Amino acid sequence: MNLYLTAMLAIIRREALRFIHQRSRFLAALVRPLVWLVVFAAGFRAALGLSIIPPYQTYITYEVYIVPGLCGMIQLFNGMQSSLSLVYDQEMGSMRLLLTSPLPRWWLLFSKLLAGVAVSILQVYVFLAIAAGFGIVLPLAGYALVLPALLVSGLMLGALGLLISSTIRQLENFAGVMNFVIFPMFFLSSALYPLWKMAESSTLLRDICAWNPFTHAVELIRFALYLELNGLALLWVCLSFAVFFGLALVGYDPSYGMTRRRKG
Amino acid sequence: MTALDIKDLGYSYGTKRALDGVSFALRPGKFTALLGPNGAGKSTLFSLLTRLFVSREGRIAVAGHDLARTPRAALSKIGVVFQQPTLDLDMSVAMNMHYFAALHGISGRDAQARSERALAQLGMAERAGEKVRDLNGGHRRRMEIARALIHDPEVLLLDEPTVGLDFKSRQAIVDHVHGLAERGLTVFWATHLVDEIRDYDDVVVLHRGRVLAHRAAAKLRAGRPLAEVFIEMTGGEETA
Repeated sequence: MNLYLTAMLAIIRREALRFIHQRSRFLAALVRPLVWLVVFAAGFRAALGLSIIPPYQTYITYEVYIVPGLCGMIQLFNGMQSSLSLVYDQEMGSMRLLLTSPLPRWWLLFSKLLAGVAVSILQVYVFLAIAAGFGIVLPLAGYALVLPALLVSGLMLGALGLLISSTIRQLENFAGVMNFVIFPMFFLSSALYPLWKMAESSTLLRDICAWNPFTHAVELIRFALYLELNGLALLWVCLSFAVFFGLALVGYDPSYGMTRRRKG
Repeated sequence: MTALDIKDLGYSYGTKRALDGVSFALRPGKFTALLGPNGAGKSTLFSLLTRLFVSREGRIAVAGHDLARTPRAALSKIGVVFQQPTLDLDMSVAMNMHYFAALHGISGRDAQARSERALAQLGMAERAGEKVRDLNGGHRRRMEIARALIHDPEVLLLDEPTVGLDFKSRQAIVDHVHGLAERGLTVFWATHLVDEIRDYDDVVVLHRGRVLAHRAAAKLRAGRPLAEVFIEMTGGEETA
């Protein structure tokens, strides 16, 4: 087998096994969006009226609206967690080991990224299956078409995590990232409310949401679930990925990267 | 051609000079100990050798490959055992070995054969199926050394590999690695423990980022205990 593929498959396999062994992580990853879906959405259902907006053809309930946003949320958490585990787990050592491989560094980091995305996609599908159990059933083909969208959005969010892991020196716990990355990204997006709704209260907030790459990840997923391609969102997500991954590569370059600051 | 050749290597953390004008070449098939007190620059040197850091000063060549110009060729000739364990505890020894083999592009039967051979060299063959979590500290370390051999490196780098192990495990590892050198592998072993060094080993004494001596242990100690000579050279600073 090809040298590059051998390494990539091994990295993905390792990540998948690690994930299976950490059952609590799997459970947390599922419980989080389900709580939003079952509790939060039920409460907000009455408060929020939604008009017909693309890609929906008809009036939808709030639960239906937030499903794509929660898929994005799973990937957002996963992207941050798998990369940040490098900083606060003992994963730093395994990263060192990874980087002693003679394969190009960008390939190794991309493989690591893809491994995290594979895990996040698995989580999303389990979540969608449970949501279907609660009666939120999407178009059948949507379940297949969302796969490429999840791949792209997962790569973008994972690259952001990788970038953060390469720039922050030390992280005491996950809370800092929750406060300064995950929450702003999630709440300032179209995950919980459509942008037009946001514009009603503040156009500035709407503009911030429109710039947020996470909004575009969510919209890409939303449209794909309803068998449509949102070209702008795709472009935005791909561009964000290129920027985040590019900067992460600089961060992991031994000439001026994170490793330089860490006296080992 | 020597397995590891270092010339005029320097490195600074901001204004703090960690390594200064470090030059030496390892003799092929020799066990060379890098002996230095705490803060001597051993870990910095190892980070440069494994390309976790890159320095603009000086040059490192591994089996003739310049680490700065052809890093991939150079890295493929290095086997590394880091001071911190880098193991997947919930996977078996064999799975850990195979993962690392794959990082070097080795898979399938070839990986299997290499893994078995490397484990056998460290007396770990019968433990291939065990979960790493169930192994004691000494065996975990031996697995890491076996793993570092899987791609047939020219030089094996070990950064204080016996830290935290009991005497017996330490002794076993020191014996095994000397055995590897006797079979022709070039070994570079960072330590602050003089009892891990044998008279026929080479010693590089590093202190405050500079090489104070590079010669055979027997010559270095000239009939005196090595510890005494070492403390004298480094001004009696506490070792760690």
